[in-house]
Amino acid sequence: MLRTPVRKSIFVAILTLAAAFVSLPQSFTLFGKSFTRPDININIGKFSISRNLNTHLGLDLAGGSRLVFEANTGGISEEKKIDALTGVRNVIENRVNMFGISESTVQTSNFEGRDRIIVELPGISDTESAIKLIGETAQLSFVEVVEEAVPGSSTPSASLVPTDLTGADLERAEVVFDSNTGEPTISIQFSEEGGKKFAEITKRNVGKQLPIILDNRIISAPTVQEQIIGNSAQISGSFTIDEAKELSIQLNAGALPVPVELIQQETIGATLGAESVKMSVVAGVVGLLMVGLFMILSYGKLGLIADVGLFVFSVITMALYKLIPITLTLPGIAGFMLSIGMAVDSNILIFERFKEEKLKRNISDALEVSFGRAWDSIRDANVATIITSLILMNPLDWSFLPSSGPVRGFAITLLMGVLISLFTGIYVSRNLLRVFVREKKEKKK
Amino acid sequence: MNWMKYRWLYLLISGTLIICGVFSMFTWGFKIGIDFTGGSLLEYRLPNGSVRTYKEELINQDRKNEIKGELEKEFDGEVTEIRFENVGPTVGPETLKRTIYALLISASAILLWVAYQFKNFKFGISATLATIHDTLIVIGSFSILGHFFGAELDFLFVTALLTILSFSVHDTIVVFDRIREKRKSGYIELSTLANNAISETMVRSINNSFTIIFMLLALILLGGDTIRWFAVALLVGTISGTYSSPFVAVSLLVTWDEIEKKFKNNKKKKTN
Repeated sequence: MLRTPVRKSIFVAILTLAAAFVSLPQSFTLFGKSFTRPDININIGKFSISRNLNTHLGLDLAGGSRLVFEANTGGISEEKKIDALTGVRNVIENRVNMFGISESTVQTSNFEGRDRIIVELPGISDTESAIKLIGETAQLSFVEVVEEAVPGSSTPSASLVPTDLTGADLERAEVVFDSNTGEPTISIQFSEEGGKKFAEITKRNVGKQLPIILDNRIISAPTVQEQIIGNSAQISGSFTIDEAKELSIQLNAGALPVPVELIQQETIGATLGAESVKMSVVAGVVGLLMVGLFMILSYGKLGLIADVGLFVFSVITMALYKLIPITLTLPGIAGFMLSIGMAVDSNILIFERFKEEKLKRNISDALEVSFGRAWDSIRDANVATIITSLILMNPLDWSFLPSSGPVRGFAITLLMGVLISLFTGIYVSRNLLRVFVREKKEKKK
Repeated sequence: MNWMKYRWLYLLISGTLIICGVFSMFTWGFKIGIDFTGGSLLEYRLPNGSVRTYKEELINQDRKNEIKGELEKEFDGEVTEIRFENVGPTVGPETLKRTIYALLISASAILLWVAYQFKNFKFGISATLATIHDTLIVIGSFSILGHFFGAELDFLFVTALLTILSFSVHDTIVVFDRIREKRKSGYIELSTLANNAISETMVRSINNSFTIIFMLLALILLGGDTIRWFAVALLVGTISGTYSSPFVAVSLLVTWDEIEKKFKNNKKKKTN
C-alpha cells in the first residue's frame, strides 16, 4: 500500500493534517472569522474514545502549588509502614478533593528511608489554608447517634456525639474471612483500655449504629448487635475484598496517626505562569523561523524540504503532547525547542553527504546512498541522547534517581523530540526528496 | 586541510579555558541554588510592574506577611506574590545525591555505548575525555558567570550538564563514524584519515550547532528568567561540544595512536 514515495508522501500529508487539526487551539480567529475545534468523541459499539484536546500545563505554566510533606513514620514497624502511608495518602487525597481542583495529584515517594507525600495543586490561590488543612494529622473517633424527640415533629432528630474512644485506643485493623460465610470482614483489635471503653459504648448502643469518623468523614457506620466484651470486634457486611481492604487501611490510618511535616513548597502565581507561556511561544516561533531560514539559506531547495519536515515534526509533536497527554512545563518547552534544533541535524548530515555523493553518481542513487550512510551515524549519535533522557525521565520511578517534575518534563519532551525527529528527518524528508528528484528526472527526459 | 598539525593550538585553547574555570572554582566557588542548599525564594510583583526577589533562610508565613507589608508600605500600592519556593534542609542534600547518581549512571552508560559501538577502547576513552572537557568548561564557566552575574547551580543546571554530556558524544560519534568508515577502505595513516574526516564533517557540525544555537538564543533572549541560565548552560555546552569533537576527541585519538606506535617501534628496535 505504501510502496511508492508518492503514496508515502500522501500518507505523511494526511498524518500532518490530522496532527495539525489536533494541535489547533480550542478556538481561534482567522481572517476575522472565529473557529472552534471539536474535541475527540468517538463511540463505536463498546469502544469509546473521548479526549479533550487541551494542552496540559504544569504548575510553572498554569500557576499553582507543589507541596512536599515528610511523613514521620518513626516508631512504626516496617510491615505496617506501607499501610500507614497508604492511609495518610488517602486521607490527604480526600482533603485535596475538598478543594475541587481538577488535575491535582497526590503521590508518595521514598528515598533512603524517608517517606514523602507530594501534592500538586494546579491553579490554587489560597495555598496557606491548603497547607493547614493537608498538614493536619488525621483523627479517628467513634461517635454515638443520640436521638432526641423534637416537639411537634414525628421524626426525632439525630445528632452525632463523639465518644472517648479514639484512634489511640485502636491497635490494628485487618481483613479476615468469616469462617462461616467466607465473606471478607474487618477485625478490629483494641488496646486493654480501648476494649473497656468499647464494651461500655456497645452496651449503651445495642441495636443502634456506631459510626466511625476519620478526618470528619464517616467511613463506616456498623450497627451494634450486642455488647462486645473483650478487646476485639468485627465489622461485617457484604464487603468486596477491595472495600474491606480500603476500610482496614482507613482504620489503621486512624490507629497510627502519621504526622506529616511540610518540607518543601513551590508556588507560582497564575500571572507569572501565563507570562511564561507567552514568552515561550514567542521564543519558540522566533527560533523556529531562524532555523527554517538558515536551512533555506544554506541548502536552498533541499533546505525547503527540510523545513517541510520540520513543520511536520512540530505539528506531530504538539499533537502527541495533547493525545498522550504530556504535562508541559517550562523546562519541557526548552526540551522541545532543543529537539527542534536537533531535528534538522539528520537532514544536515544527509544533505552534506549528498553534496559529496552527487559528484560520484547520478542524483537519485546519490540520494539513496547518502541516506543509507548517514543513517548509521544518526542512529549511533541519537542513542546517547536517548540514554540520557531516559535516565532523567526515570520512567520506573527508581528512588535513587531524580524524579522532580521540571527535570522529568524536560527529559520527556527531549526524548519525544529525538524519536519523532528520527521519523521526520528520515522517513518524511527522504520520501519528499524522492518525489522531488524523480520529477526532476522526468522533466529532463 | 591538515587539522592535526595544529594540535598544540587546541591544547592551548582548551587548557587556558579549563584553567580559567578551575581557577575561578577555587577562588570564587559557586553560587548554589536553594534546590541544593535549602532555603526560600520569594518574588513579588511591585505596583510599578517590576519584580523584587528575596532569598533567605527558610521563611515562614509571618515573615512572608512582614515582607509583603513592608513592600506595600514602601510602594504604597498592592504587591502580588508571584513565586514562592521553600526547600527544607533535608531536601537539598537528597536532591544532590540523586543528581550525582544520575550523572554517574548516564556517564557510564554513554561510555559503554561508545566503547561498544566502536569496539575499541581508544575511541571510547577519547570520546569520554572530550566529554569531561566539555563538562569542565561548562562548570568552570558557571563559576565565572556566578561570580559576575549571579548564575546559580540548581537542579536545572545539572539537567543541562547531562544533556551536554549526550550532545558532546553525539558530535564525537559523527566524526568517529567517518574515521571508522574510511578505515574500512584500506589502511592509511590515522592522522590523514582524521584530517579528512574532520574536513568532511566540519560544515555539518557547524551548521547543526547553528540551528541549536538559534533555538537557545531565542530562549535566552525571549524565554524569560526561569530558564535563562539553563539555556545559557546548554549554549556553552553546545559550543564547547562542537569544538571538542574534532579538536579534542580526535586529537587525543591521534596522539594516543602515535604514542602507541612509537612505543611498539622502540620495542621492535630493542628486540632487533
